[in-house]
Amino acid sequence: MISQHLIFAGIGGSLIGLSAALFLLMNGRIAGISGLTAQATKLTRDGSLPTALIFLLGLIGGALAARYLLGWPRIQITASAPLLIIGGLLVGYGTRLGSGCTSGHGVCGIARFSIRSLVATAVFITMAIVTVFIVKLVEGAV
Amino acid sequence: MKALLTALVSGLLFGGGLVISDMVNPERVLGFLDVTGAWDPALLVVMAAALLPSVIAYQIKAKLRSPLCETSFQVPTRRHLDGRLLIGAALFGIGWGLVGLCPGPALAALTTGDWQVVVFVLSMLSGVAAYRWTSDR
Repeated sequence: MISQHLIFAGIGGSLIGLSAALFLLMNGRIAGISGLTAQATKLTRDGSLPTALIFLLGLIGGALAARYLLGWPRIQITASAPLLIIGGLLVGYGTRLGSGCTSGHGVCGIARFSIRSLVATAVFITMAIVTVFIVKLVEGAV
Repeated sequence: MKALLTALVSGLLFGGGLVISDMVNPERVLGFLDVTGAWDPALLVVMAAALLPSVIAYQIKAKLRSPLCETSFQVPTRRHLDGRLLIGAALFGIGWGLVGLCPGPALAALTTGDWQVVVFVLSMLSGVAAYRWTSDR
């Protein structure tokens, strides 16, 4: 018996992949959220602000619609405010320095067999796992 | 105009996919990253499911001269690994591991109205701005 949440993971993942496929074939662009965020806020010279903004507004709209259909599921964030701030800064800065995030490198980059994306994905997943491990150790010891 | 419509639809699918897969939930993501704990493979399933249509799309793209609603493709072309990529990915990974949110899920999670998400997103935007101002790119 496959756990129900894994089936939803597969369905949701397929939609993400479909989104990336559509955005590539129709608009010719990478569905990389870190890049699109920079473009939509005019914090980069690349790309097109209207396209990026419309995509991200759609992202938020789609999320809202899905939450409504699923009965407003709750999420659980346990990070404290300092961690939220530091984590956010690192994610914002790191994704720009590294030219991508889980969608840009993980979904789009790997799909076209980009060595840069394969390596970047391996690095950020490894560092994330290590970070979780260390935080767990520190919190366990405190 | 068609380009903006397809961008909108793509965004809707992406946001919907993030919620349905529960990737907007840091607990779900941290469940995958916590390899020594009660491991949850959901993120792996999401990645695999997302890669299938994406791989197919790139195969189709190879046969096209231009995208269907724009004049040209804007796909990265760099092939070499460099310090910026490695350090950037490392910093991103650390930030991601600290909270369990990355850009897409963070924006989608704004729809929960949770203050933690707002703090994270504002910090994320600050990080993007910091990069812009210190690197001129």
